[in-house]
Amino acid sequence: MSSLSFLSPRHISNTLGRKKFWEVILLFSFLLVFYGPLLYTLVLAFAGQYTYPDVLPRTWSLQWWQYVLKQPALVKSMLYSFQFAICSVILSLLVCLPAAYVLARYKFTGRRLIMFTFLIGNAFPKIGMYTSMGIIYYKVGLMGSFMGVLLIHMLGSMMQMIWLPAGAFRSVPVQQEEAARDVGAGPLRTFFYVTLPMAWPGIAVACMFAFIGSLGESVGTLMVGLPTYRTMMVEMYGVILDYPATAGAVFSILLILPNLLLILVMRKYIGAETMSKGYKMG
Amino acid sequence: MNETIKLEIRNMTKLYKNGDGVRNINLKVRQGELMTLLGPSGCGKTTILRTIGGFLECNAGAILIDGENIADLPPEKRPTAMVFQSYNLWPHMTVFDNLAFGLKLRKVPKAEIADRILDVLNLVKMPGTEKKYPNQMSGGQQQRIAIARSLLLKPEVLLLDEPFSALDAKIRMQMREELRKIQTDLDITVVFVTHDQEEAMALSDSTVVMNKGSIEQIGSPYEVYHHPASRYVADFIGEMNFIETQAGVHTAVRPENIRVEKGDGGDLEGQVRNIMMLGHYTEMVVQTRFGIVKAFLSGSEADNFKRGDQVALYFSDSRQFSE
Repeated sequence: MSSLSFLSPRHISNTLGRKKFWEVILLFSFLLVFYGPLLYTLVLAFAGQYTYPDVLPRTWSLQWWQYVLKQPALVKSMLYSFQFAICSVILSLLVCLPAAYVLARYKFTGRRLIMFTFLIGNAFPKIGMYTSMGIIYYKVGLMGSFMGVLLIHMLGSMMQMIWLPAGAFRSVPVQQEEAARDVGAGPLRTFFYVTLPMAWPGIAVACMFAFIGSLGESVGTLMVGLPTYRTMMVEMYGVILDYPATAGAVFSILLILPNLLLILVMRKYIGAETMSKGYKMG
Repeated sequence: MNETIKLEIRNMTKLYKNGDGVRNINLKVRQGELMTLLGPSGCGKTTILRTIGGFLECNAGAILIDGENIADLPPEKRPTAMVFQSYNLWPHMTVFDNLAFGLKLRKVPKAEIADRILDVLNLVKMPGTEKKYPNQMSGGQQQRIAIARSLLLKPEVLLLDEPFSALDAKIRMQMREELRKIQTDLDITVVFVTHDQEEAMALSDSTVVMNKGSIEQIGSPYEVYHHPASRYVADFIGEMNFIETQAGVHTAVRPENIRVEKGDGGDLEGQVRNIMMLGHYTEMVVQTRFGIVKAFLSGSEADNFKRGDQVALYFSDSRQFSE
């Protein structure tokens, strides 16, 4: 018997048991399909000398990173992506938090309907919305402007920024706010010292989704932002066509990285409770 | 406690959309008095408390503290302090910060804040807990801190909304005693809401017994217990026998006011159905021609009887209520 006979499928199958063996096969296939392209992207991004018929690059290098970071159009697009993400999250907070608070605390007629309308925004492909926005933009002169693109980004995250914070506010017991009023704090002070700190996890998760959503916003920005405001997603269309695959791989990783970092940082806030509380119509 | 009226509620009405609420409430609370609002769920006692605190707006009437109408003031401007049933303390702040919050708003100097917090923590028997967080303490301890926080603000009227309902029975008794001691020592005027008539009897200088949005009786625990004004009050407070001696007329007599003797006669006669030892007294259940009557006897008295005995019941201090 050769020394590697323990790797034979029959041996493994006997060790694991028949059912588990197929489960493992299925898992590996799934992982391959899911992570395969990502792995390939990583390989491409760090490739040095990489020619057919090699499976892996002969040498590894950072040359493509230097290449991408030297393209002014691409670097500019990275700056724009982050500018829009940060600005749209801040503006969204200013607009949506008061609305979320009202929806959480006050029961008025039409409350459920209003919450439902925010849900609808995410229920169909947004291109219809963007087209009608484009028409209005032409009339108002917002086409091709910073504010125009910013509004598109804000709209994309409106549902998250209203539903999740509303759920977070609702989870703050009213007595805690009343206790603050009772000891002498006015409504605003109560909001900032008591309500907001307690609702913070839900709001943070909403901001995270809004930020990631803004980084991934492509179609609307393409329609409204050209020719000046090209974010990374808009540039990506061109990169795939005009640049070598390795540069494209680098650019992809640059796009994925902030999302990944954000989720890693926020993972302790993203729990079943926060999410389920956030999506109750209440 | 003296005779000056600290808190007065005049003709106050607060109605909710579905018609529930309280109508034409008139109450006077004296300086240093502990008044309880007693009644079952939905009777309106919490409604009254919350209108005093400013968390509900009344539809009509006035709320006067030291003669001044505060009905139009928001909660933060009223000279009242409230302790809720739960969720009093802010979980993201330490005990010290919880206590200091109100003092900081009033621009009290730092050194004085620290001193006052030290004093009040000793008062509620929770010294040394400044750096703890609420979720590191038991329910009883949290309520002590909540009471301490209210006392720190030196309110004219202290409002308590069933503060001990969520606690264990033994802790409840302890908290009651301590609250009463603090209240009498500091001569604070208190309005206390409860559904537990034992609690009301134990704590109050005067009790307001409520039913479905209106006041049935106001009186001291003695008055309310021994001279109930209506059938509802007689039934709600303590144990009471209701015997329908004539159509529509009930004779009400407390079990401890029934003397039991062997034989026939008395105010009512019957047969012993059951004898139950309940600790320091015994309950005897007697079947009479008008129904079941319960009597309380001491252990030694009950030893003379057994199930099935023919007995005569003698009532003292009974009263009649018609339907």
